[in-house]
Amino acid sequence: MITIDGVAKTYDGRRVLGPVSLDVADGARVALVGPSGCGKSTLLRVILGLVKPDEGRVLLGGEPVGDATKRAVRRRAGYVVQDGGLFPHLTAAGNLAVVARFLGWSDERIEKRTDELARMTGIDRAMLARWPAQLSGGQRQRVGVMRALFLDPDVVLMDEPLGALDPVTRRRLQKELAELFATLGKTVVLVTHDVPEAARLADEAVVLRDGKVVQRGTIAAMAKDPADDFVAELLSAGDA
Amino acid sequence: MTRAAALLAAFAVLLASMLAGGTAGAREKVVVGSKAFPESWILGEAMTALAASAGASAEHRANLGGTEIVAQALRAGAVDAYPEYTGTLKEVVARAPDATQEELRAALAREGMGVTDSLGFDDSYGLAIPAATSDRFGIHSISDAALHRELRAVFSHEFLGRADGWPGLRARYDLDFAEVRGVEHHLAFAALARGDADLVDVYTTDPDIERLGLRVLDDDRGFFPRYDAVIVYRLDLPARAPAVFAAITRLVGRVDRATMTRANAAVASGRSTHDAAAELLAAALGASAPRGIPAGPSTTSMVLASLVRHLELVVAAVLACIVVGVPLGVLAGRRPRLATLVLGATGVLQTIPSLALLALLIPLLGIGVVPAAVALFLYGLLPIVQGTCTGLTGIPASLAESAEALGLSSWAKLRRIELPLASPSILAGIQTSAVIAVGTATLAALVGAGGLGDPILQGITLRSPRLILAGAVPAAALALVVQGLFAWLERLFVPAGLRVRTHAE
Repeated sequence: MITIDGVAKTYDGRRVLGPVSLDVADGARVALVGPSGCGKSTLLRVILGLVKPDEGRVLLGGEPVGDATKRAVRRRAGYVVQDGGLFPHLTAAGNLAVVARFLGWSDERIEKRTDELARMTGIDRAMLARWPAQLSGGQRQRVGVMRALFLDPDVVLMDEPLGALDPVTRRRLQKELAELFATLGKTVVLVTHDVPEAARLADEAVVLRDGKVVQRGTIAAMAKDPADDFVAELLSAGDA
Repeated sequence: MTRAAALLAAFAVLLASMLAGGTAGAREKVVVGSKAFPESWILGEAMTALAASAGASAEHRANLGGTEIVAQALRAGAVDAYPEYTGTLKEVVARAPDATQEELRAALAREGMGVTDSLGFDDSYGLAIPAATSDRFGIHSISDAALHRELRAVFSHEFLGRADGWPGLRARYDLDFAEVRGVEHHLAFAALARGDADLVDVYTTDPDIERLGLRVLDDDRGFFPRYDAVIVYRLDLPARAPAVFAAITRLVGRVDRATMTRANAAVASGRSTHDAAAELLAAALGASAPRGIPAGPSTTSMVLASLVRHLELVVAAVLACIVVGVPLGVLAGRRPRLATLVLGATGVLQTIPSLALLALLIPLLGIGVVPAAVALFLYGLLPIVQGTCTGLTGIPASLAESAEALGLSSWAKLRRIELPLASPSILAGIQTSAVIAVGTATLAALVGAGGLGDPILQGITLRSPRLILAGAVPAAALALVVQGLFAWLERLFVPAGLRVRTHAE
């Protein structure tokens, strides 16, 4: 589904990413993990064309991501950021439908899709009439995920989606999202610095350090056989 | 969008009606100008009455701000004739203080301006002392005064500063008074009346000369340039409207110093310029003076009309600012390098003194509503450009990225997400622009555009606090109304979600 081929990015003479090559199979759930500044968020942005790589290329569903194609690519990928990234001037329902409206969906069709997603995520329809400022952190995050799923994309990309939540809500959402993605069978790429979260939401993880891939595999396999001390330390810190 | 479209339509209608108002009228129209002091105003009123008596549709644009503005208005064809003084013409218009009458005439002709012979009086600088002092010490000329060092002189600040005032006079006569103080002009007369001063500078048609029993000293060494009153007119006027030209120039040689001084005194004592002009015409032209000069409007209707015009100017200027400023702000918000340029340019516009800007616009746009609205537009641009630019660049990075990641077109992203998010900042910019316009529009009267500056300027000219307040109070009230209006507009235009502050956990 996603092919990353020799991608590199340099800011102000400092190499922050790559060269990185990575394949994410259709329906795979992959977590990008590593400490702050390891390049995991930049890599996620490169996939969406939000950051233009200096070298290499990205294919999404077989199509190269470039200036001409990035808008079409973005509509095939849902993007979720920390705290949901909801637009405060639109109600929760308005946030869900913002692209659908632009694409000319009928009210009926939007209504139907909203109902579908509300059932899927177990969200109360009445709550969707509220403004983002009137929602709790967990509710905002659920709406953020619903928005990402609205156009039924092939891929969902998430950047520290649960980073701003309290531990209890966070655990609950991790469980809900894991079930949701398992049911939907979407390809998921998740950025997190929290190893247990990666283990709960993804089938496998990619450990990044200084912009490069250090190791890839399931968390359990990597914990048993770490590539180096850095991976060992990262995974054990996550266990604590 | 429908609201924006409605506003645009309203703007178009307003502008069209203002332009139509400015150019309507098939009849031969003659515009008389005058400057912002009573004598000019009285003469302008008299010239207007004469033009009307010759069958023209005559209009008096009174209180135009300063020689440069009236002269520019005349060159640009917005004014056909106005009362002026030879000394001022030589100094300000021809820029040759020592020019002879013929040289002046030739210099003016090169600019398409004609000048009549003297109306019969001169309004020059002079020195005056109380008649009693003059008699007691035998002081009749400035040379006599030079022999009395003990005289206490009180001069206006302008007289003390001008080359053709005190510095030149002192050198010419070798004057050396023990005491020379600078004060406000009418305070000098108060000081003289109390006996705190002996010598003041005067205009020779100043009504206070008669009121206080002063004597103007003979300028026996011919220092003061003559400020003969004349009429300046467009050279095309005699051919275009011969009857009007003939009527106006009937004043030439007919207004003596006593007549003018009496008219000035009438206005100083609180009578209307309209009455003073009627009396001046009767004294100057006798039985052949035009009768039934149309009276000016009452103060109430004048203030009301001024208020309406003020609003028209402000609304037209602010709407134009929005139409131009918001797109400029969007452009500046997208391209940081362009932002520096756009904000710099609109910022520089704001620093141009308003009077200078108006004077610069007159050759291009004439006088009246158009240059005033354009000036207000130029002043109001910066806050809106800045508000829009700040609002867009101030969108939190996570929201900007979420918007970008949606895959909307740039226009859809701007309209559906960025502009609504920036709307509080844009509206704040528009509010600032509107408040600036309400205040600055009082200066529109200086170029004959009307507005609440009209009663204020007239009040200053006539020293009438009542008139000044009649303009200033509605202007201040209008600024408050604008504040209130924007509280309401905020509810209308800023999405409700941006105003929600409660957090239901």
